[in-house]
Amino acid sequence: MSEIMSPQAAAQLDDVEEEPRRLVTAMAYIDRWGVLFLVGLMLFLSWISQPDYALEPRNLANIFRQNSFYALLALGQFIVIVTAGIDLSVGSVMALSAMSAAVLADGGAAWPIVFVAPFVVGLGVGTINGLGLTKLHMPHPFIMTLGMLFIARGATNLISGGVPISGLPDQVRFLGAESIQIMGIQVPVSLFVIIGAYFAVWLFLQHGRRGRHIFAIGGNPEAARVSGVRVDRTLVLAYALCGLMAGFAGLLLAGRTNSGFPAAGTGDELYAIAAVIIGGASFFGGRGTVLGVFAGVLVIGLLRNLLNLNAVPSFWQQVAIGVVIIVVVAFDVFRRRIAASA
Amino acid sequence: MAIQGAPGSSPVTSETGTPVIEARQVSKHFGHVIALKGVDLKLWPNEVLGVVGDNGAGKSTLMKVLSGVHPASDGEMLIEGERVRFSNPGDARRMGIEMVYQDLALAGNMRIDENIFLGREHTRGVGPFQLVDHKANQVKAMEHLDNLKIHVKSVSQRVEELSGGQRQAVAVARATAFKAKVVIMDEPTAALAVKEVGKVLDMIKDLRDQGISVILISHRLDDVFYVCDRVMALFHGRNFADAPLDQIERNDVVGWIMGNKSGQGVDPALDRN
Repeated sequence: MSEIMSPQAAAQLDDVEEEPRRLVTAMAYIDRWGVLFLVGLMLFLSWISQPDYALEPRNLANIFRQNSFYALLALGQFIVIVTAGIDLSVGSVMALSAMSAAVLADGGAAWPIVFVAPFVVGLGVGTINGLGLTKLHMPHPFIMTLGMLFIARGATNLISGGVPISGLPDQVRFLGAESIQIMGIQVPVSLFVIIGAYFAVWLFLQHGRRGRHIFAIGGNPEAARVSGVRVDRTLVLAYALCGLMAGFAGLLLAGRTNSGFPAAGTGDELYAIAAVIIGGASFFGGRGTVLGVFAGVLVIGLLRNLLNLNAVPSFWQQVAIGVVIIVVVAFDVFRRRIAASA
Repeated sequence: MAIQGAPGSSPVTSETGTPVIEARQVSKHFGHVIALKGVDLKLWPNEVLGVVGDNGAGKSTLMKVLSGVHPASDGEMLIEGERVRFSNPGDARRMGIEMVYQDLALAGNMRIDENIFLGREHTRGVGPFQLVDHKANQVKAMEHLDNLKIHVKSVSQRVEELSGGQRQAVAVARATAFKAKVVIMDEPTAALAVKEVGKVLDMIKDLRDQGISVILISHRLDDVFYVCDRVMALFHGRNFADAPLDQIERNDVVGWIMGNKSGQGVDPALDRN
């Protein structure tokens, strides 16, 4: 999905031979549309295996409802991966945010407070991640956010006593649990939430100054620094936004399950990272698109759904996701080598 | 030939008015390592100053102090006679001091226009809601490259797709995109193919003709003698020599780099080898 080798750029390699050039052009299209092709393939396989059910609006709505919080976790993760960073804490932060809402609701707080709490918690923890990384001069964001993974998980257990807490106000549950009837189809509200969040982040990254600076930092932090970009501040912003998205995901999760679970989101940071990588973002920063991340989330969501519908045990789902990650990236590396050698 | 410019003495040059940039007794140490000790530098309007010295003589450190990358440990800096203090490269750029780094410091994943205007993007919008005006950036980048007689297929190209010379040109374009007074260039020809070297040197002359003063750091004496008006040498982090180009010869400069003013061997007081 990244645009390193746009068809236009491929066309500019005008001194290469005809054969490799056609290959390069083909590769450029795969680069741009490859993940969407993978989404199409998943839909096709679903349809083949369960023609009566797989593409039913009810099943598709379910997929979005089940994956809405992954979509937000991946979106936040994408922002930090563009800076060549990583945030391992998002799963725990999602749990802490959801649990904060549940605990507040349990304590009788007014619904607006319960509603805002996950955002505040997510933004706060994300900001701490960013400040820790830059002010404490952590050698790598892996370390700061690994620490935060444990801290946030511990905090989730501390505020809940380690047990699930149920019962959230309907207003709070609206975004995560409700559906809207559109032309006879029950469309989950969370789908609109995701579309809105993805559009906002796309606008920020593609057209905002700070967003462009995030890409510049991912490409060459030294170039950004000597150009007058406040690198540390921009990094703090990236991690804060990632935390905010994890908090938002916590709100959807709490809404959908009507509760806070102490173990919620365990390991989900890895799904978020997987979606970003499958979506074509570079782990070394500076490359990737919001649309690609969305497609990456869909690939994982559809794959799980496909295997679920066909009653494949969930252990095999883990194996399948692992295979997809490796195959997608291996193909990407192969593609780049072709492009570089042509 | 007598060489002017022992530490502390003023250089003989066609000095007129106020220096564009002046460093007075600038020192810089990193922990216990002393990189610069009491260095003076004056750059006059419409002047190309060559700065030479051996590896570790302090050339790059001095330039990084001038361009705000490293704050000086001691000493003061003046721009057109006004005392200034830079805490980051952004401060220096706002005062018209630009630097072209040896590694060019470009973001390869971004377009040419985005690199040229990085940190100073044109925006449009209402109040605090400002979006980058990509179209305006592209148009202005193209105009600016035309002014510099730099040819690229399209400013939408990513910098990683460009040749070494083209990247150098983009780095120079970034340095001159706004009202630059001084452009500091650190080894601009070191990584270039032979046929590209001449273009970059001519670009430096063009900059001077447009009223921009240039500091050129170079190991290549051919470059120094082709474009510079004056040469100053650093040795072990101190001022060593300084003279207009028309009063010296190549051998003098070679000697300065080795820490030798008479051409008769290294001054024992300064030779630490």
